[in-house]
Amino acid sequence: MKPAPFAYVRAQSVEHALDVLAEHGDDALVLAGGQSLVPMLNLRLVQPAVVLDINALRGLAAIDTDPASGALRIGTLVRHREIASHQTVAARAPLLHDAAPWIAHPAVRHRGTLGGSLALADPAAEWPACAVALDATIRLASRDGGERSVPASAFFQGLYQSERRADELLVGCDFAPPGDDAVFSFRELARRHGDYAAVGLALSARGRPGAWTAMRVVFFGVGDTPVQASACAAALIAGVDFPEAQARLEGELDPRPDLWFSAQAKRHLAVHLLREAWRDLGNPMAGE
Amino acid sequence: MQDIELELNGQRVRLAVSRREHLADALRQRCGLTGTHLGCEHGVCGACTVRVDGAAVRGCLMLAVQADGARVRTIEGEGDDPVMRALQDAFVERNALQCGYCTPGFLLTAAELIALDPDPSRESIRAYLSGNLCRCTGYQAIVDAVELAARRLREAPSTDGRAR
Repeated sequence: MKPAPFAYVRAQSVEHALDVLAEHGDDALVLAGGQSLVPMLNLRLVQPAVVLDINALRGLAAIDTDPASGALRIGTLVRHREIASHQTVAARAPLLHDAAPWIAHPAVRHRGTLGGSLALADPAAEWPACAVALDATIRLASRDGGERSVPASAFFQGLYQSERRADELLVGCDFAPPGDDAVFSFRELARRHGDYAAVGLALSARGRPGAWTAMRVVFFGVGDTPVQASACAAALIAGVDFPEAQARLEGELDPRPDLWFSAQAKRHLAVHLLREAWRDLGNPMAGE
Repeated sequence: MQDIELELNGQRVRLAVSRREHLADALRQRCGLTGTHLGCEHGVCGACTVRVDGAAVRGCLMLAVQADGARVRTIEGEGDDPVMRALQDAFVERNALQCGYCTPGFLLTAAELIALDPDPSRESIRAYLSGNLCRCTGYQAIVDAVELAARRLREAPSTDGRAR
Protein backbone atom coordinates (compact mmCIF):
# COMPACT_ATOMS: atom_id res chain seq x y z
CA MET A 1 0.00 0.00 0.00
CA LYS A 2 2.90 2.36 -0.68
CA PRO A 3 3.48 4.20 -3.94
CA ALA A 4 6.20 3.08 -6.29
CA PRO A 5 9.08 5.58 -6.48
CA PHE A 6 8.52 8.71 -8.55
CA ALA A 7 10.16 12.06 -9.11
CA TYR A 8 8.27 14.83 -7.33
CA VAL A 9 8.08 18.23 -8.96
CA ARG A 10 6.40 21.16 -7.27
CA ALA A 11 5.29 23.52 -10.02
CA GLN A 12 6.50 27.07 -9.37
CA SER A 13 4.36 28.66 -12.07
CA VAL A 14 1.83 27.61 -14.71
CA GLU A 15 4.62 27.91 -17.30
CA HIS A 16 6.79 25.59 -15.25
CA ALA A 17 3.96 23.05 -15.02
CA LEU A 18 3.36 23.21 -18.76
CA ASP A 19 7.07 22.69 -19.41
CA VAL A 20 7.05 19.57 -17.27
CA LEU A 21 3.97 18.21 -19.06
CA ALA A 22 5.45 19.04 -22.47
CA GLU A 23 8.61 17.20 -21.55
CA HIS A 24 7.13 14.13 -19.83
CA GLY A 25 3.65 13.76 -21.36
CA ASP A 26 1.98 10.56 -20.19
CA ASP A 27 4.82 9.79 -17.78
CA ALA A 28 3.78 12.70 -15.57
CA LEU A 29 0.59 12.80 -13.54
CA VAL A 30 -0.80 16.03 -12.12
CA LEU A 31 -1.38 16.12 -8.37
CA ALA A 32 -4.18 18.56 -7.53
CA GLY A 33 -6.27 17.55 -4.50
CA GLY A 34 -4.90 14.02 -4.62
CA GLN A 35 -8.07 12.39 -3.35
CA SER A 36 -8.19 10.01 -6.29
CA LEU A 37 -4.57 10.14 -7.46
CA VAL A 38 -2.98 9.32 -4.09
CA PRO A 39 -5.14 6.21 -3.54
CA MET A 40 -4.24 5.13 -7.06
CA LEU A 41 -0.57 5.70 -6.23
CA ASN A 42 -0.88 3.84 -2.92
CA LEU A 43 -2.54 0.89 -4.65
CA ARG A 44 0.00 1.13 -7.49
CA LEU A 45 -2.79 1.33 -10.02
CA VAL A 46 -0.64 4.08 -11.50
CA GLN A 47 3.14 4.30 -11.40
CA PRO A 48 4.09 7.60 -12.97
CA ALA A 49 7.71 8.63 -13.46
CA VAL A 50 6.84 12.16 -12.36
CA VAL A 51 4.22 13.52 -9.97
CA LEU A 52 3.63 17.17 -10.77
CA ASP A 53 2.19 18.95 -7.73
CA ILE A 54 0.31 22.08 -8.77
CA ASN A 55 -0.93 23.06 -5.30
CA ALA A 56 1.41 26.06 -5.07
CA LEU A 57 -0.21 27.70 -8.12
CA ARG A 58 -2.52 29.97 -6.18
CA GLY A 59 -3.61 31.72 -9.37
CA LEU A 60 -5.49 28.53 -10.27
CA ALA A 61 -7.38 28.55 -6.97
CA ALA A 62 -9.60 31.55 -7.61
CA ILE A 63 -13.33 31.96 -8.15
CA ASP A 64 -13.99 35.06 -10.25
CA THR A 65 -15.82 36.41 -13.28
CA ASP A 66 -14.54 36.36 -16.83
CA PRO A 67 -14.77 40.04 -17.84
CA ALA A 68 -15.46 39.24 -21.51
CA SER A 69 -18.28 36.73 -21.16
CA GLY A 70 -19.51 37.36 -17.63
CA ALA A 71 -19.06 33.65 -16.93
CA LEU A 72 -18.35 32.35 -13.47
CA ARG A 73 -14.76 31.16 -13.70
CA ILE A 74 -13.62 28.51 -11.25
CA GLY A 75 -9.94 27.70 -11.12
CA THR A 76 -8.81 24.13 -11.31
CA LEU A 77 -7.51 24.10 -7.71
CA VAL A 78 -10.71 25.31 -6.06
CA ARG A 79 -11.62 22.69 -3.51
CA HIS A 80 -15.04 21.06 -3.14
CA ARG A 81 -15.53 22.61 0.29
CA GLU A 82 -15.06 26.11 -1.07
CA ILE A 83 -17.53 25.50 -3.90
CA ALA A 84 -20.04 24.27 -1.31
CA SER A 85 -19.74 27.42 0.82
CA HIS A 86 -18.97 30.17 -1.70
CA GLN A 87 -21.72 32.80 -1.95
CA THR A 88 -21.04 33.69 -5.57
CA VAL A 89 -21.24 30.03 -6.59
CA ALA A 90 -24.52 29.64 -4.70
CA ALA A 91 -25.98 32.65 -6.51
CA ARG A 92 -24.64 32.02 -9.99
CA ALA A 93 -24.26 28.25 -10.22
CA PRO A 94 -26.71 26.87 -7.67
CA LEU A 95 -26.44 23.38 -9.15
CA LEU A 96 -22.79 23.24 -8.05
CA HIS A 97 -23.74 24.49 -4.61
CA ASP A 98 -26.36 21.75 -4.30
CA ALA A 99 -24.08 19.02 -5.63
CA ALA A 100 -20.93 19.76 -3.58
CA PRO A 101 -22.12 18.25 -0.28
CA TRP A 102 -22.73 14.96 -2.10
CA ILE A 103 -19.08 14.56 -2.96
CA ALA A 104 -17.44 11.97 -0.72
CA HIS A 105 -16.87 12.90 2.94
CA PRO A 106 -15.82 16.14 4.65
CA ALA A 107 -12.12 15.24 4.87
CA VAL A 108 -12.08 14.46 1.16
CA ARG A 109 -14.00 17.64 0.26
CA HIS A 110 -11.39 19.66 2.14
CA ARG A 111 -8.68 18.56 -0.30
CA GLY A 112 -10.37 17.43 -3.53
CA THR A 113 -10.57 19.93 -6.38
CA LEU A 114 -12.92 20.79 -9.24
CA GLY A 115 -10.20 20.46 -11.87
CA GLY A 116 -8.91 17.19 -10.51
CA SER A 117 -12.36 15.66 -10.66
CA LEU A 118 -13.01 16.91 -14.20
CA ALA A 119 -9.60 15.78 -15.45
CA LEU A 120 -9.98 12.32 -13.92
CA ALA A 121 -13.28 11.88 -15.80
CA ASP A 122 -14.70 9.35 -13.38
CA PRO A 123 -18.19 8.58 -14.70
CA ALA A 124 -19.63 8.19 -11.19
CA ALA A 125 -18.40 11.60 -10.03
CA GLU A 126 -20.60 14.66 -9.51
CA TRP A 127 -18.64 17.45 -11.21
CA PRO A 128 -18.47 15.98 -14.72
CA ALA A 129 -22.26 15.56 -14.82
CA CYS A 130 -22.82 19.07 -13.45
CA ALA A 131 -20.42 20.54 -16.00
CA VAL A 132 -22.35 18.85 -18.83
CA ALA A 133 -25.73 19.87 -17.40
CA LEU A 134 -24.59 23.49 -17.17
CA ASP A 135 -22.97 23.44 -20.62
CA ALA A 136 -19.74 24.53 -18.97
CA THR A 137 -16.52 25.25 -20.82
CA ILE A 138 -13.35 23.48 -19.76
CA ARG A 139 -10.13 25.38 -20.30
CA LEU A 140 -6.92 23.54 -21.17
CA ALA A 141 -3.45 25.01 -21.51
CA SER A 142 -0.26 23.65 -23.03
CA ARG A 143 3.19 25.06 -23.69
CA ASP A 144 3.01 24.50 -27.41
CA GLY A 145 -0.69 25.02 -28.04
CA GLY A 146 -1.57 27.91 -25.76
CA GLU A 147 -5.02 27.83 -24.23
CA ARG A 148 -8.10 26.18 -25.74
CA SER A 149 -11.66 25.69 -24.57
CA VAL A 150 -13.69 22.52 -24.83
CA PRO A 151 -17.41 22.26 -24.09
CA ALA A 152 -17.99 19.86 -21.22
CA SER A 153 -20.35 17.82 -23.41
CA ALA A 154 -17.41 17.04 -25.73
CA PHE A 155 -14.77 16.68 -23.02
CA PHE A 156 -15.67 13.32 -21.51
CA GLN A 157 -14.74 10.59 -23.96
CA GLY A 158 -14.93 7.37 -21.96
CA LEU A 159 -14.07 5.68 -18.70
CA TYR A 160 -11.34 7.97 -17.26
CA GLN A 161 -10.83 9.24 -20.79
CA SER A 162 -11.12 12.88 -21.71
CA GLU A 163 -10.28 15.33 -24.43
CA ARG A 164 -7.26 16.54 -22.42
CA ARG A 165 -3.97 15.71 -24.11
CA ALA A 166 -1.07 14.49 -22.03
CA ASP A 167 0.79 17.80 -22.43
CA GLU A 168 -2.21 19.87 -21.33
CA LEU A 169 -3.13 21.17 -17.92
CA LEU A 170 -6.78 21.66 -17.08
CA VAL A 171 -6.63 25.24 -15.76
CA GLY A 172 -10.27 25.91 -14.98
CA CYS A 173 -13.91 25.69 -15.89
CA ASP A 174 -16.30 28.48 -16.93
CA PHE A 175 -20.02 28.52 -16.21
CA ALA A 176 -22.08 30.94 -18.29
CA PRO A 177 -24.52 33.16 -16.38
CA PRO A 178 -27.82 31.32 -15.89
CA GLY A 179 -30.85 32.93 -17.48
CA ASP A 180 -33.50 34.56 -15.26
CA ASP A 181 -35.77 31.59 -15.87
CA ALA A 182 -33.13 28.92 -15.20
CA VAL A 183 -33.86 26.23 -12.63
CA PHE A 184 -31.86 23.24 -11.46
CA SER A 185 -32.14 19.99 -9.63
CA PHE A 186 -29.46 17.73 -8.24
CA ARG A 187 -30.34 14.24 -6.99
CA GLU A 188 -28.22 11.28 -6.01
CA LEU A 189 -28.65 7.83 -4.55
CA ALA A 190 -25.80 6.04 -2.80
CA ARG A 191 -25.70 3.14 -0.38
CA ARG A 192 -24.11 5.35 2.26
CA HIS A 193 -23.82 9.13 2.36
CA GLY A 194 -20.59 10.09 0.62
CA ASP A 195 -20.14 6.90 -1.34
CA TYR A 196 -19.98 6.96 -5.09
CA ALA A 197 -23.41 7.30 -6.60
CA ALA A 198 -25.39 4.26 -7.60
CA VAL A 199 -27.16 6.75 -9.85
CA GLY A 200 -27.12 10.52 -9.85
CA LEU A 201 -28.88 13.23 -11.83
CA ALA A 202 -27.87 16.80 -12.65
CA LEU A 203 -30.65 18.67 -14.40
CA SER A 204 -30.81 22.22 -15.71
CA ALA A 205 -33.81 23.76 -17.41
CA ARG A 206 -35.16 27.06 -18.64
CA GLY A 207 -38.76 28.14 -18.64
CA ARG A 208 -41.51 27.17 -16.23
CA PRO A 209 -43.85 24.24 -15.66
CA GLY A 210 -45.85 23.70 -18.81
CA ALA A 211 -43.56 25.95 -20.84
CA TRP A 212 -40.03 24.60 -20.74
CA THR A 213 -37.77 25.96 -23.47
CA ALA A 214 -34.54 24.10 -22.80
CA MET A 215 -33.44 21.22 -20.64
CA ARG A 216 -30.40 19.08 -19.98
CA VAL A 217 -30.97 15.82 -18.13
CA VAL A 218 -27.59 14.31 -17.25
CA PHE A 219 -27.17 11.06 -15.35
CA PHE A 220 -23.98 9.79 -13.75
CA GLY A 221 -22.98 6.38 -12.46
CA VAL A 222 -24.80 4.77 -15.39
CA GLY A 223 -22.19 4.66 -18.17
CA ASP A 224 -18.61 5.38 -19.13
CA THR A 225 -19.20 9.14 -19.15
CA PRO A 226 -21.93 11.48 -17.91
CA VAL A 227 -24.98 10.42 -19.92
CA GLN A 228 -27.29 13.01 -21.44
CA ALA A 229 -30.84 11.74 -21.70
CA SER A 230 -31.62 13.82 -24.77
CA ALA A 231 -34.76 12.02 -25.94
CA CYS A 232 -36.22 12.25 -22.47
CA ALA A 233 -35.37 15.96 -22.23
CA ALA A 234 -36.93 16.63 -25.63
CA ALA A 235 -40.08 14.81 -24.54
CA LEU A 236 -40.32 16.82 -21.34
CA ILE A 237 -39.89 20.08 -23.25
CA ALA A 238 -42.58 18.96 -25.68
CA GLY A 239 -44.90 18.57 -22.72
CA VAL A 240 -45.63 14.86 -22.87
CA ASP A 241 -47.06 13.10 -19.82
CA PHE A 242 -44.47 11.88 -17.35
CA PRO A 243 -44.94 8.16 -18.15
CA GLU A 244 -44.08 8.90 -21.77
CA ALA A 245 -40.88 10.74 -20.73
CA GLN A 246 -40.09 7.85 -18.42
CA ALA A 247 -40.41 5.40 -21.29
CA ARG A 248 -38.03 7.52 -23.36
CA LEU A 249 -35.55 7.53 -20.51
CA GLU A 250 -35.77 3.77 -20.06
CA GLY A 251 -35.20 3.40 -23.79
CA GLU A 252 -32.07 5.51 -23.92
CA LEU A 253 -30.29 4.48 -20.72
CA ASP A 254 -28.09 1.42 -20.91
CA PRO A 255 -26.51 1.37 -17.46
CA ARG A 256 -23.35 -0.53 -16.67
CA PRO A 257 -23.98 -2.73 -13.63
CA ASP A 258 -21.66 -2.35 -10.64
CA LEU A 259 -20.95 -4.54 -7.61
CA TRP A 260 -24.26 -3.72 -5.97
CA PHE A 261 -26.72 -2.66 -8.65
CA SER A 262 -27.82 -4.45 -11.79
CA ALA A 263 -28.50 -2.51 -14.96
CA GLN A 264 -32.21 -2.99 -14.32
CA ALA A 265 -31.94 -1.60 -10.79
CA LYS A 266 -30.00 1.42 -12.00
CA ARG A 267 -32.61 2.11 -14.67
CA HIS A 268 -35.32 1.89 -12.04
CA LEU A 269 -33.44 4.29 -9.74
CA ALA A 270 -32.81 6.70 -12.61
CA VAL A 271 -36.55 6.94 -13.23
CA HIS A 272 -37.06 7.55 -9.53
CA LEU A 273 -34.54 10.41 -9.58
CA LEU A 274 -36.11 11.89 -12.68
CA ARG A 275 -39.47 11.90 -10.96
CA GLU A 276 -38.00 13.69 -7.93
CA ALA A 277 -36.18 16.21 -10.08
CA TRP A 278 -39.34 16.84 -12.08
CA ARG A 279 -41.08 17.69 -8.82
CA ASP A 280 -38.15 19.90 -7.77
CA LEU A 281 -38.82 21.95 -10.89
CA GLY A 282 -42.37 22.57 -9.72
CA ASN A 283 -44.10 20.31 -12.20
CA PRO A 284 -47.33 18.75 -11.00
CA MET A 285 -47.34 14.96 -11.03
CA ALA A 286 -50.44 13.07 -12.04
CA GLY A 287 -52.16 11.36 -9.13
CA GLU A 288 -50.85 13.75 -6.47
CA MET B 1 14.66 12.26 0.33
CA GLN B 2 13.42 15.77 0.69
CA ASP B 3 13.55 18.19 3.61
CA ILE B 4 10.28 19.69 4.75
CA GLU B 5 9.49 22.12 7.52
CA LEU B 6 6.12 22.25 9.18
CA GLU B 7 4.36 23.33 12.33
CA LEU B 8 3.45 20.08 14.05
CA ASN B 9 1.21 20.31 17.10
CA GLY B 10 2.43 23.85 17.67
CA GLN B 11 6.14 23.10 17.28
CA ARG B 12 8.28 23.89 14.28
CA VAL B 13 9.86 20.71 13.02
CA ARG B 14 12.15 19.87 10.15
CA LEU B 15 11.99 16.40 8.65
CA ALA B 16 13.64 14.49 5.86
CA VAL B 17 10.96 12.45 4.11
CA SER B 18 10.79 10.18 1.14
CA ARG B 19 8.95 11.73 -1.79
CA ARG B 20 6.58 8.80 -2.08
CA GLU B 21 5.78 8.70 1.64
CA HIS B 22 2.34 9.80 2.73
CA LEU B 23 1.83 12.16 5.62
CA ALA B 24 0.45 9.53 8.00
CA ASP B 25 3.56 7.37 7.58
CA ALA B 26 5.83 10.36 8.18
CA LEU B 27 3.94 11.26 11.36
CA ARG B 28 4.03 7.72 12.69
CA GLN B 29 7.49 6.62 11.65
CA ARG B 30 9.55 9.80 11.67
CA CYS B 31 7.81 11.71 14.47
CA GLY B 32 6.66 8.82 16.66
CA LEU B 33 3.10 10.14 16.65
CA THR B 34 1.38 6.80 16.49
CA GLY B 35 -2.04 8.13 17.47
CA THR B 36 -2.60 8.61 13.74
CA HIS B 37 -3.68 5.14 12.65
CA LEU B 38 -3.44 3.50 9.27
CA GLY B 39 -6.41 1.42 8.25
CA CYS B 40 -6.98 1.15 4.53
CA GLU B 41 -4.41 3.57 3.10
CA HIS B 42 -6.70 4.49 0.26
CA GLY B 43 -8.99 7.04 1.79
CA VAL B 44 -11.93 4.87 2.79
CA CYS B 45 -11.67 4.34 6.55
CA GLY B 46 -10.70 7.70 8.10
CA ALA B 47 -8.44 6.19 10.80
CA CYS B 48 -5.56 8.42 9.63
CA THR B 49 -7.50 11.69 9.96
CA VAL B 50 -5.31 14.66 10.92
CA ARG B 51 -5.83 18.41 10.70
CA VAL B 52 -3.87 20.30 8.06
CA ASP B 53 -4.15 24.09 8.09
CA GLY B 54 -7.22 23.74 10.28
CA ALA B 55 -9.16 21.21 8.21
CA ALA B 56 -9.57 17.49 8.85
CA VAL B 57 -7.95 15.53 6.02
CA ARG B 58 -6.92 11.98 5.27
CA GLY B 59 -3.29 11.54 6.29
CA CYS B 60 -2.89 8.73 3.77
CA LEU B 61 -4.11 10.86 0.85
CA MET B 62 -1.54 13.59 1.18
CA LEU B 63 2.15 13.17 0.48
CA ALA B 64 4.41 14.21 3.33
CA VAL B 65 6.25 16.57 0.98
CA GLN B 66 2.96 18.41 0.50
CA ALA B 67 2.91 19.28 4.20
CA ASP B 68 5.94 21.54 3.72
CA GLY B 69 4.97 24.88 5.24
CA ALA B 70 1.67 23.58 6.61
CA ARG B 71 0.23 23.52 10.13
CA VAL B 72 -0.46 19.93 11.07
CA ARG B 73 -2.21 18.75 14.20
CA THR B 74 -2.58 15.14 15.25
CA ILE B 75 -4.60 13.64 18.07
CA GLU B 76 -1.55 14.03 20.34
CA GLY B 77 -1.76 17.81 19.90
CA GLU B 78 -5.40 18.07 20.96
CA GLY B 79 -5.16 16.96 24.58
CA ASP B 80 -5.71 20.41 26.05
CA ASP B 81 -8.54 21.36 23.75
CA PRO B 82 -11.81 21.62 25.70
CA VAL B 83 -13.89 20.24 22.83
CA MET B 84 -11.58 17.25 22.52
CA ARG B 85 -11.62 16.73 26.29
CA ALA B 86 -15.44 16.71 26.29
CA LEU B 87 -15.52 14.29 23.35
CA GLN B 88 -13.02 11.92 24.93
CA ASP B 89 -14.94 11.86 28.21
CA ALA B 90 -18.20 11.23 26.39
CA PHE B 91 -16.65 8.45 24.28
CA VAL B 92 -15.53 6.71 27.47
CA GLU B 93 -18.88 7.15 29.21
CA ARG B 94 -20.95 5.93 26.28
CA ASN B 95 -18.65 3.06 25.34
CA ALA B 96 -18.12 4.66 21.96
CA LEU B 97 -15.01 2.59 21.37
CA GLN B 98 -13.97 -0.98 21.78
CA CYS B 99 -10.67 -1.68 20.09
CA GLY B 100 -10.00 2.04 19.68
CA TYR B 101 -8.36 1.80 16.30
CA CYS B 102 -10.75 4.21 14.62
CA THR B 103 -11.13 6.51 17.63
CA PRO B 104 -8.53 9.23 16.90
CA GLY B 105 -10.07 9.76 13.47
CA PHE B 106 -13.58 9.89 14.88
CA LEU B 107 -12.54 12.35 17.58
CA LEU B 108 -10.86 14.74 15.16
CA THR B 109 -13.77 14.60 12.73
CA ALA B 110 -16.33 15.06 15.50
CA ALA B 111 -14.40 18.01 16.94
CA GLU B 112 -14.54 19.68 13.55
CA LEU B 113 -18.29 19.10 13.34
CA ILE B 114 -18.89 20.63 16.79
CA ALA B 115 -16.78 23.65 15.83
CA LEU B 116 -18.96 24.14 12.74
CA ASP B 117 -22.26 23.32 14.41
CA PRO B 118 -22.45 23.35 18.21
CA ASP B 119 -25.90 21.75 18.14
CA PRO B 120 -25.76 19.00 15.51
CA SER B 121 -28.71 16.69 14.97
CA ARG B 122 -28.14 12.95 15.10
CA GLU B 123 -28.65 12.90 11.37
CA SER B 124 -25.97 15.52 10.77
CA ILE B 125 -23.60 13.72 13.15
CA ARG B 126 -24.08 10.57 11.10
CA ALA B 127 -23.55 12.43 7.84
CA TYR B 128 -20.40 14.18 9.06
CA LEU B 129 -18.92 10.98 10.45
CA SER B 130 -19.89 8.92 7.40
CA GLY B 131 -16.30 8.92 6.16
CA ASN B 132 -15.00 7.22 9.29
CA LEU B 133 -15.44 3.47 9.68
CA CYS B 134 -15.80 1.62 12.98
CA ARG B 135 -15.94 -2.16 12.96
CA CYS B 136 -16.77 -2.60 16.66
CA THR B 137 -19.49 -0.29 17.90
CA GLY B 138 -22.16 -0.19 15.24
CA TYR B 139 -21.96 3.62 15.45
CA GLN B 140 -24.94 4.11 17.75
CA ALA B 141 -22.72 4.75 20.78
CA ILE B 142 -20.45 7.06 18.79
CA VAL B 143 -23.40 9.20 17.73
CA ASP B 144 -24.59 9.18 21.36
CA ALA B 145 -21.19 10.34 22.58
CA VAL B 146 -20.88 13.17 20.07
CA GLU B 147 -24.38 14.32 20.90
CA LEU B 148 -23.58 14.22 24.63
CA ALA B 149 -20.31 16.12 24.26
CA ALA B 150 -21.95 18.80 22.13
CA ARG B 151 -24.73 19.22 24.69
CA ARG B 152 -22.30 19.58 27.57
CA LEU B 153 -20.24 22.11 25.67
CA ARG B 154 -23.35 24.15 24.96
CA GLU B 155 -24.49 24.01 28.56
CA ALA B 156 -21.15 24.98 30.07
CA PRO B 157 -19.52 27.35 27.63
CA SER B 158 -17.95 29.50 30.34
CA THR B 159 -16.05 26.72 32.08
CA ASP B 160 -12.93 25.11 30.68
CA GLY B 161 -15.22 22.75 28.81
CA ARG B 162 -14.42 19.72 30.90
CA ALA B 163 -17.37 17.40 31.10
CA ARG B 164 -18.72 17.28 34.63
